[in-house]
Amino acid sequence: MEIDADAPHSMGTTIIGVTYNGGVVLGADSRTSTGVYVANRASDKITQLTDNVYVCRSGSAADSQIVSDYVRYFLHQHTIQLGQPATVKVAANLVRLLAYNNKNMLQTGLIVGGWDKYEGGKIYGIPLGGTIIEQPFAIGGSGSSYLYGFFDQAWKEGMTKDEAEQLVVKAVSLAIARDGASGGVVRTVIINSEGVTRNFYPGDKLPLWYEELEPQFSLLDIPSSPGPEPMNI
Amino acid sequence: MSSIGTGYDLSVTTFSPDGRVFQIEYAAKAVDNSGTVIGIKCKDGIVMGVEKLIASKMMLPGSNRRIHSIHRHSGMAVAGLAADGRQIVARAKSEATNYESVYGEPIPVKELAERVASYVHLCTLYWWLRPFGCGVIIGGYDRDGPQLYMVEPSGVSYRYFGAAIGKGRQAAKTEIEKLKLSEMTCRQGIIEVAKIIYGVHDEAKDKAFELEMSWVCDESNRQHQKVPDELLEEAKAAAKAALEEMDAD
Repeated sequence: MEIDADAPHSMGTTIIGVTYNGGVVLGADSRTSTGVYVANRASDKITQLTDNVYVCRSGSAADSQIVSDYVRYFLHQHTIQLGQPATVKVAANLVRLLAYNNKNMLQTGLIVGGWDKYEGGKIYGIPLGGTIIEQPFAIGGSGSSYLYGFFDQAWKEGMTKDEAEQLVVKAVSLAIARDGASGGVVRTVIINSEGVTRNFYPGDKLPLWYEELEPQFSLLDIPSSPGPEPMNI
Repeated sequence: MSSIGTGYDLSVTTFSPDGRVFQIEYAAKAVDNSGTVIGIKCKDGIVMGVEKLIASKMMLPGSNRRIHSIHRHSGMAVAGLAADGRQIVARAKSEATNYESVYGEPIPVKELAERVASYVHLCTLYWWLRPFGCGVIIGGYDRDGPQLYMVEPSGVSYRYFGAAIGKGRQAAKTEIEKLKLSEMTCRQGIIEVAKIIYGVHDEAKDKAFELEMSWVCDESNRQHQKVPDELLEEAKAAAKAALEEMDAD
């Protein structure tokens, strides 16, 4: 099969944002694909906008990066002018204005999540087209199609931090199992009044679902694997 | 207190040898000659009041408003040249709607005051513009609670518990300082503001005046609005009674 390495990089992706009692948990997979080639198997799709607000990116990698960069810049200035951290609502609104006003050129779905002292933990979904919707939880990316039913059943109000993170990890790993454009590791970011915590769940830490095989050691992980001896040519 | 500039006061872009810009000080005099305007921050909101001097008996009561709403949650009371004040109000309204369309939330009162002050200051920087001949008191209620700011013709803006500008400001400030604002609600504040304005009005020098008051507080649902008519009448009656009591002494 011909692989065009210069094709636009897209993040098939599964992204999730969930509020819990005291903050938010953001989660994402780590696969960036160019057609069927996995350009980056360990990408970080959860990007910082301010100390207390992060965004999950999906769709075109370039488009989502440029939007994040602009919003980070505007928020930085806004924070200086205001003299205090920006609110999640303001961050989400800035993202939405860019997404809406450039809807013809951009192809990126974003989930903005964070914590501020006025509203606590908040999640805003900003899909293609530039609508903004505040939700108790939001899912996005190609892998999210497989999660609508799961969340309808598994989501509940007022979860603890650990319950929320486990829900997110489980959901992303379910989507990775079924969506070819999602894969790699699961990254989570937890934001609350105390600050920000990043977690990392490599493939071998994730639960296996129906028909999935045990993760195989890869030659790329030579130092830690008891894999085959390198060949002598 | 006042001194003649003699040569250093012809332009707002000229400093005097002792470091003063006389044009700005002259602009402040325009404010000092206007009717008294006061604002107080009570524990649940802001009350602003204006001593509106009536130039002619032919004027319709309620016309020539001196207190304007800038946004749902904030208002501005103007002292000094009325036309200049109109310009500042227009600018403040525009800043408020612009902020909301970019950031998606009502403009914080601190930010509004800073933008108004910045605009007023702008007009003190160029020789082809004259400074604004008006001072404004901005009262608003945002997510950080009720706040009161005053902007002077020089472009400085400070946050206050109580502020007064215009003819009777010295007497008004003394009266405001006597009040226990942190324990007062806006309902009580309205009566006090009316009493102060009636108190500082000089019957000898100025003829008739109309009392204009506005508030933004929990009771008004955090919206800036004219004080409701019954409360206004109640306040006026209390103020007049207090005056007679003073006269009787």
